[in-house]
Amino acid sequence: MSLLEVRDLHTSFFTPAGEVKAVNGLSFSLEKGKVLGIVGESGSGKSVTAYSILQILTHPGRIVSGSIRFHGEELVGKSDEEMRKIRGNKISIIFQDPMTSLNPTFTIGNQLCEAIEMHTDRNREQSRARAVEMLKLVGISEPEKRLKQYAYELSGGMRQRVMIAMALACEPDILIADEPTTALDVTIQAQILELMMKLQKELGMAIMMITHDMGVIASVCDEVIVMYAGGVCERGTTDAIFYNPRHEYTRGLMRSIPDMSDDEKTPLIPITGTPIDLLHMPPGCPFAPRCEQAMKICLQEKPKEYWVGRDHLSACWMNVKDGICCTERPEEEES
Amino acid sequence: MERNQAGKPASEYLVQVSHLKQYFPVSTGFLKTTMLKAVDDVSFGIRRGETLGLVGESGCGKTTVGRTLLHLYTPTEGEIWFDGEKIGSRESLKNFRKRAQMVFQDPYSSLNPRMTVADIVAEPIDVHKLCAGREAREARIRELMTLVGLNTEHATRYAHEFSGGQRQRIGIARALASNPEFIVCDEPVSALDVSIQAQVINMLEELQERLGLTYLFIAHDISVVKHISNRIAVMYLGHMMELASANELTGHPLHPYTVSLMSAVPIPDPKESRKQQRIVLEGDVPSPLKVPSGCPFRTRCSRATKECAERCPEMREASPDHFVACHHL
Repeated sequence: MSLLEVRDLHTSFFTPAGEVKAVNGLSFSLEKGKVLGIVGESGSGKSVTAYSILQILTHPGRIVSGSIRFHGEELVGKSDEEMRKIRGNKISIIFQDPMTSLNPTFTIGNQLCEAIEMHTDRNREQSRARAVEMLKLVGISEPEKRLKQYAYELSGGMRQRVMIAMALACEPDILIADEPTTALDVTIQAQILELMMKLQKELGMAIMMITHDMGVIASVCDEVIVMYAGGVCERGTTDAIFYNPRHEYTRGLMRSIPDMSDDEKTPLIPITGTPIDLLHMPPGCPFAPRCEQAMKICLQEKPKEYWVGRDHLSACWMNVKDGICCTERPEEEES
Repeated sequence: MERNQAGKPASEYLVQVSHLKQYFPVSTGFLKTTMLKAVDDVSFGIRRGETLGLVGESGCGKTTVGRTLLHLYTPTEGEIWFDGEKIGSRESLKNFRKRAQMVFQDPYSSLNPRMTVADIVAEPIDVHKLCAGREAREARIRELMTLVGLNTEHATRYAHEFSGGQRQRIGIARALASNPEFIVCDEPVSALDVSIQAQVINMLEELQERLGLTYLFIAHDISVVKHISNRIAVMYLGHMMELASANELTGHPLHPYTVSLMSAVPIPDPKESRKQQRIVLEGDVPSPLKVPSGCPFRTRCSRATKECAERCPEMREASPDHFVACHHL
């Protein structure tokens, strides 16, 4: 049994202009102690996936159908009361912008202790001790002093450390990191990623890393899901996705990032066109209008996910055409 | 560096900056102001037709350098020379404003939501009275929109009707309207998705070749800067730390700060990434209000000595065309 199992998830926002299918038939599973990366452009539905798991979608968004199982227990349809026991306790989240996700009118200590008191039976004093312990764990100097400070008194990297401390205070099984380093500088990003990986090994939790940065994916993830327009293009182990991409969108993404080791300045090959309008989804593959290899069937019918390797699934008609995929998981890894 | 190349013909450099300082008064209490030294004694030159990349972390003063260069701020101290002419007087500025333009980071806030695309693009034309008659103006707008790959039929639309990438194209068309020779690109692709980023980078490169433009390309994404730049300058807390050709700086960085900066860039290749030796810097960037004495990097530098705290290192030529400001090289 997987730690987290998402099956055919559909989440939509019902706007006055029409239904926006932000997540459109997403399936994946997350195993204990693994780091799963979700990569995609803005509007691909990666954050909405995270919010759906925790059910923190704001109006007019809601889960339309699908199943989210955590330890085999169905989360879709749970009441707010029941979800509150899971959020911040069993599944935690850290957001992109550490400034707006901390309350500016309360001290750091106040906010940290609140989370601990809420989910454990520690009293004020014990939770304070736990807060100090957590701040030490995430590498914040003078933790006692920091507890009395407000968010504005800390730097961006420091705030993100506080967020991580808060998220990990109850020893969650899953940590969802929604673009945790996008707002930070490269040297601080390296610090935070290193810290997250260290804690992941120490505490044995699973991480869902949502990012648009292929570099971050390559350096920390075991498995990757590539999303486009609310659906999965391709998913598999990090090596399979990077060295053997089986979807035109993934290939396009790889070609459009500058290569640091290239001294010849080879021109980039961008993906043509503009991202899809989620209000007007085409009937076929959502990437087909921008895909250079698009065939007739791509425009008419949405491709299903097929196995293209032992740990590698792809939703692209090209694989079907070339006959390099199967409906059953193959026994041996293809070379 | 460039300041001691007096013997060379002036035409090699389009833009020259010497000992540029830009301080901002910041209120730090009742009747108390402290000087924020956003840019502190920076000198460099930009050659004709080249792209000079400017990298550094937030708050290092790279945007201020770009803005001061265009005289959007009056420099506290120092000189800016453009095409052999000192910029500063009213007369020099009038001409300079036509020849130097800027592309901004945020394609949402840098376009007026109440103006049509045609009016936004034509604003420099109107300000500098570059087109006589309505027809010439309209023809020029069409020409500019085609140049950046926008559909000319969309000229009467408003900025909110376009996607981020298209808005950035509008911003670039506006910058090109006065036929400039020099463009400061301040994080022009940071707000865009990767697939769109590549489109805009390629377009900037094509325009440079076609129109013979010179760029100052400011960004924090080192792989993008490396791709587009001929030379790269690294800034830290208002000081310039290192300046070298793009390949040299990314392949053989000399300054301890540049070394750690390069090692922190995540490589989009899992196997390379596992091999990567990260030099993770301790602590945060100090506040620009309290810049450490001597070398500004010494508080986070593993090689810092007493000398670093006492004296700020000058830029020296460590190898041909590779300048570095560090006592230990």
